[in-house]
Amino acid sequence: MEIPRHWRINPQRYELIGEECPHCKIKIFPPRDVCPNCGGEAKEEYTFSGRGEVYSFTTLYDGPAGFEEMTPYTVALVKLEEGPVVTAQLTDLGSTGVEIGMPVEMVTRRIRSDGDERGMLIYGYKFRPVGFTTAK
Amino acid sequence: MAAPEKSPLLLIPDRQVGFIGYGAYVPRYRLPGSAVSHIWRFGESGSPVKEKAVAGLDEDVITMSIEAARNALARAGIPARELRAVWVGSESHPYAVKPSGTVVAEALGASSSISAGDWQFACKAGTEAIVAAMGLVGSGMGRYALAIGMDTAQGKPGDALEYTAGSGGAAYIVGPADEALAVIEAAYSFVSDTPDFWRRQEQKYPEHGQRFTGDPAYFKHIQAAAETLLRETRTTPADYRYAVFHQPNPKFPQRAGKALGFNDEQIKDGLLVPVIGNTYAGAALIGLTAVLDIAQPGDRVLVTSFGSGAGSDAFALRVTDAILERRGKARSTADYITRRTEIDYGTYVRFRGKLAMR
Repeated sequence: MEIPRHWRINPQRYELIGEECPHCKIKIFPPRDVCPNCGGEAKEEYTFSGRGEVYSFTTLYDGPAGFEEMTPYTVALVKLEEGPVVTAQLTDLGSTGVEIGMPVEMVTRRIRSDGDERGMLIYGYKFRPVGFTTAK
Repeated sequence: MAAPEKSPLLLIPDRQVGFIGYGAYVPRYRLPGSAVSHIWRFGESGSPVKEKAVAGLDEDVITMSIEAARNALARAGIPARELRAVWVGSESHPYAVKPSGTVVAEALGASSSISAGDWQFACKAGTEAIVAAMGLVGSGMGRYALAIGMDTAQGKPGDALEYTAGSGGAAYIVGPADEALAVIEAAYSFVSDTPDFWRRQEQKYPEHGQRFTGDPAYFKHIQAAAETLLRETRTTPADYRYAVFHQPNPKFPQRAGKALGFNDEQIKDGLLVPVIGNTYAGAALIGLTAVLDIAQPGDRVLVTSFGSGAGSDAFALRVTDAILERRGKARSTADYITRRTEIDYGTYVRFRGKLAMR
């Protein structure tokens, strides 16, 4: 059981909440309270837009424990438009091929169940192709 | 038409309310009706729908509600922290015990000073939440309330419902009428103990009570609710540009509409069941999103849900000028319907957890 470990990071997982350094203004994800750029204290919450692009990716056919039923699935390094690079699953690909530089957006999805079907459900960010938007 | 008088039957809050934002969600996968017929009827049986929407492996009522609600917030133009309620109506909540509403609320960034919870009334759980939101906002207990109808509908393999039981739904933010893109002029609820459809605790698939499905359930409740609303608001079908009914298949809402005096032209834009299936608690509500995507200021819309067990909620809406600048702020329902990947029956069985893995 890893319930507290998941619960503690709900905001970053559900909403992509990271931090902004008050000194050098860079955006930080995941939140770590110390700026990786200038070394200053950085505790100001910052909600990322969720938009980014695929920096690199790979497809897993043999998933780690807890992800077996999801295979095959694609994991990408996503470069967020604010700067940080996050590792996440890609979803809703359908027949869309993945390419480096492909624009993606964050969605909140079911990541896995903690243990068997009796366990807590873990939700968090994944990214999908932006393709179908007409929103202004 | 004069403003409705305070009828003792109508649900009209002291302070008029309306929808200030709305958002739809349909997952991308589609199972053609012919695929179900192929497996269970040697392909010899027709399907009531062209295809139905199927949730992906990582989707459920919580994730789909989050996306629909984000669309609703984008159109409403309010921060999630201003919501005072997050209510999710569904008959496929991921947990038997643990609210969907709190996960949705936290993912949206709502504050902790809210009412959050889950509603269940078969296919009218979502409109039930809207009626409650009208009460909360109309009484002044809160300025904004989020009400969602969403389902990953269950149908037993091989059952008639398997052709139609789809995934999707919609989210609505209820707020003061002067901020609304559609004002709720009146609502009316009509219920009775009717054994047309149910799913017992811990059962995977619903049962339906044969002959109870049509006349004594769907038609009786939809017609009673809509007729009473029309009579008490002193309106007639001709006063409405659009009418949306719960849509378990294409025939039922068309027949109910006709019996009430609505024509096909009024019904067609909100009739999504042929292309996404019956989204249960989401069905009438997502039909309304497709209408709001194209409605003009001043248009009136009549919406009537139906939930088995049984009951209907009917709403008389009037679209305002605000629709024009707000509807483009999120993806349209047509965008979601157009985003489409066809799957076969085997993939559907896997996506919907019908394969026993151990």
